[in-house]
Amino acid sequence: MRLLRIVPDDTTFDFIRFRRISFPISALLSIVALVAFFTLGLNFGIDFKGGTLLEVRYANNTLNIADVRSRLESLDLGEVQIQEIGSEGEVLIRVAQQPGGEQAQQAVVGKVRAALGDGVEYRRVEVVGPRVSQELLSYGIVGLMMAVFCILVYLWFRFEWQFALGASIANFHDIVLTIGFMAIFQIDFDLTSVAALLTILGYSLNDTIVIYDRIREMLRRYKKMPTEELLNASINSTLSRSVITHVTVTLALLALVLFGGRAIHSFSVTMMFGVVLVGTYTSIFIASPLLIYLGVSTRAMAEKAEKEAKSPNAKAERLAP
Amino acid sequence: MLYFSKWKAFAILAVSAIICLMAVPSLLSPAAYDSLPSFLQRKIVLGLDLQGGSYIVLQVDAQSVRKIRLEHLRDDARRVLRDAKIGYTGLAIQGDAVQVRIRDGQDVDAALTQLRALAQPLGGPMSTSGQLDTDVARDGNTISLTPTAAGIQSRTIQAVSQSIEIIRKRIDQLGTTEPSIQRQGADRIQVQVPGLQDPSRLKALLGQTAQLTFRLVDNTMSPQQALQGRAPAGTEVLYSQDNPPVPYLIEQRVLVAGEDLTDAQPSFDPTTREPVVTFRFNTNGARRFAEATQANVGRPFAIILDNHVISAPVIREPILGGSGQISGNFTVQQANDLAILLRAGALPVPLQVVEERTVGPGLGADSIRAGLIASIVGATLVALFMIATYGLFGLIANIAVAINVGMIFGVLAMLGATLTLPGIAGVVLTVGIAVDSNVLIYERIREEARAGRSAISAIDAGFSRALATILDSNITTFIAAAVLFYVGSGPVRGFAITFGIGILTTVFTAFTLTRLMVALWVRWQRPQRVPI
Repeated sequence: MRLLRIVPDDTTFDFIRFRRISFPISALLSIVALVAFFTLGLNFGIDFKGGTLLEVRYANNTLNIADVRSRLESLDLGEVQIQEIGSEGEVLIRVAQQPGGEQAQQAVVGKVRAALGDGVEYRRVEVVGPRVSQELLSYGIVGLMMAVFCILVYLWFRFEWQFALGASIANFHDIVLTIGFMAIFQIDFDLTSVAALLTILGYSLNDTIVIYDRIREMLRRYKKMPTEELLNASINSTLSRSVITHVTVTLALLALVLFGGRAIHSFSVTMMFGVVLVGTYTSIFIASPLLIYLGVSTRAMAEKAEKEAKSPNAKAERLAP
Repeated sequence: MLYFSKWKAFAILAVSAIICLMAVPSLLSPAAYDSLPSFLQRKIVLGLDLQGGSYIVLQVDAQSVRKIRLEHLRDDARRVLRDAKIGYTGLAIQGDAVQVRIRDGQDVDAALTQLRALAQPLGGPMSTSGQLDTDVARDGNTISLTPTAAGIQSRTIQAVSQSIEIIRKRIDQLGTTEPSIQRQGADRIQVQVPGLQDPSRLKALLGQTAQLTFRLVDNTMSPQQALQGRAPAGTEVLYSQDNPPVPYLIEQRVLVAGEDLTDAQPSFDPTTREPVVTFRFNTNGARRFAEATQANVGRPFAIILDNHVISAPVIREPILGGSGQISGNFTVQQANDLAILLRAGALPVPLQVVEERTVGPGLGADSIRAGLIASIVGATLVALFMIATYGLFGLIANIAVAINVGMIFGVLAMLGATLTLPGIAGVVLTVGIAVDSNVLIYERIREEARAGRSAISAIDAGFSRALATILDSNITTFIAAAVLFYVGSGPVRGFAITFGIGILTTVFTAFTLTRLMVALWVRWQRPQRVPI
């Protein structure tokens, strides 16, 4: 059986020179993302905004959106979004947070039920009060920052500080772009999206580490090679793995997007964007070239190795695992 | 790297198999599951988003805890000063404190001693911290009692514990399977009732304090007159639950309270055939009810639940038997629920619903189906791709990944963790990442072979070099998953659990299973050439 080879052996793409294009592109995209974030804003779901969400189903084509709309508008509940979803008479109703604290939110469900009358299946009802939504949002932000920080510390111990900083900048870049993507396409930003963001972060990092690992290994082995050449060789030698892995992850995510159901749809789409587009691109075109600017060079490594060779603890650094 | 002693190989296979088998009880029918020995009765709990049900978070409001504490302090102060025969005026709640003015300056010291005794040490009478739950301060002839923040906090925590007990009793009456009632933080209670179709009934059951009192109706003036601001001392106006509500002028003094009930049952009134709730007092309640009804024949008394008048019958004759009935235009379910509330007892403080999520069973089933289809499609695509890329080694990777997934479910079952929809997403993603470990290994083997090593040496070197990378990359990802689990709630946590477990099992299978299978193949085939 002939095996599938997506990437030929011994590729020699000059990825590092591409930084003259990729850095400006990333800078531009980051600005676009930030502008989108500050002008369009994120489409906060009720997890963070508070309010009520109902998913109802009308059996046998009895759904009449105009009728639903007029019934709900007569309730005078402020902003009410009505969205037809799927093809089986399902409607998603979102009611903005009501003035008047926790009890006022609770009253909404009863009012909507009364207004819609019988013959309706309530598939999902969610009510998030003002206190909880505030907390969920701050926990979400704290969680993201804590994760980045913990990872930074780990990498700093495991690699040199340049790698830790490079990975963190790359990570930040991914988060900014993904948030920009969510703002531009107004994808629901809820607890599930925070999970998606953190996963993208972990995954993109995973990818960056694989290449960094190789760079570190080659830095130790080829002490005379020019830095750019060494970075290029590292990326090229891991390229086959990067591509194959991304094909498999894309296949897995594609299945989630196409068949995973609506409940995790925004999660899947965000992951697809973050993991497949941003994650791969970042580790190759941003994280690796960044090391040049952060002062990782073969000469610096050689000096360091020399210094360590003189010190009595020279054994601490192993050359090859 | 490629040598495994027989014992080691056996241990790896045994551990993998046992962990995978732990997932099996979760697949059994309930009857078969119950027949298992108890150490095997561990299974994955399906989240409410998958099986349908209601999730509610209730909050004990610190403000109402404070209010109730202040009321008790006021009543205690009144009793203490009366017992000590100390004259006072203006005993009232002022903001966050109870204030009282002592009439005679000479009594102030004595009053202080008496009132100081009302302050309880924090953490119970055996506590040695020396902190009290109430500050007692003097300003001239005025003494103020202020509950301390720590005192309110400890009472809030206490109120949460008591409420959990009451809620458990109430929900047990609903007859649903496996409800979960947990404390969440200092002042919240999380209630999960799987399979419950109608959350409004749950909320009605939990949203009521169910403080039942029997009190006399004041007939000296009409409620309308009282509402115009002339209510006699010691009375208040309360409304019925009719539409429109009917006002009643009610004495504040309680004849008998809900604590003195021993039983309450729904039944039907023999004459009117209406649903009613019959109840029975304990000896103390029966005695007090008998005395009160004897002394007030011909007057109406009110049955009051949470400041609503349920009914106000006239006492026709003394009620001596210690039992009675409450009627009030109930439906059968209302009578049933009221009986549940009365049997379970009153909540110590009112609870607020701050979050509610209900998933209908239809949607849950749809989600399981969607998740299952996505998993099967994803796994199949990945498996085919791996075989196309690596041939036999691809098959080995697929076996390792399949066992990996089995182990995730096994660990979930051992932990008794909850599988949610985002959790399924986590499994699917783990499949993608588990494959990466194998890809890293195989690509490294190819590289080593290209660099001119012999087949066996290339395979050996490929493993040892790739495993270092796998460890590095997976530890960083695991950190992200651990942070997710720690700060996350609901869907985030559900995802973090399976993803975190998935990373651990991935590292385990990459280090052991894949390597063992390749080693066995090497020993059997003695390859001259790397097959990938």
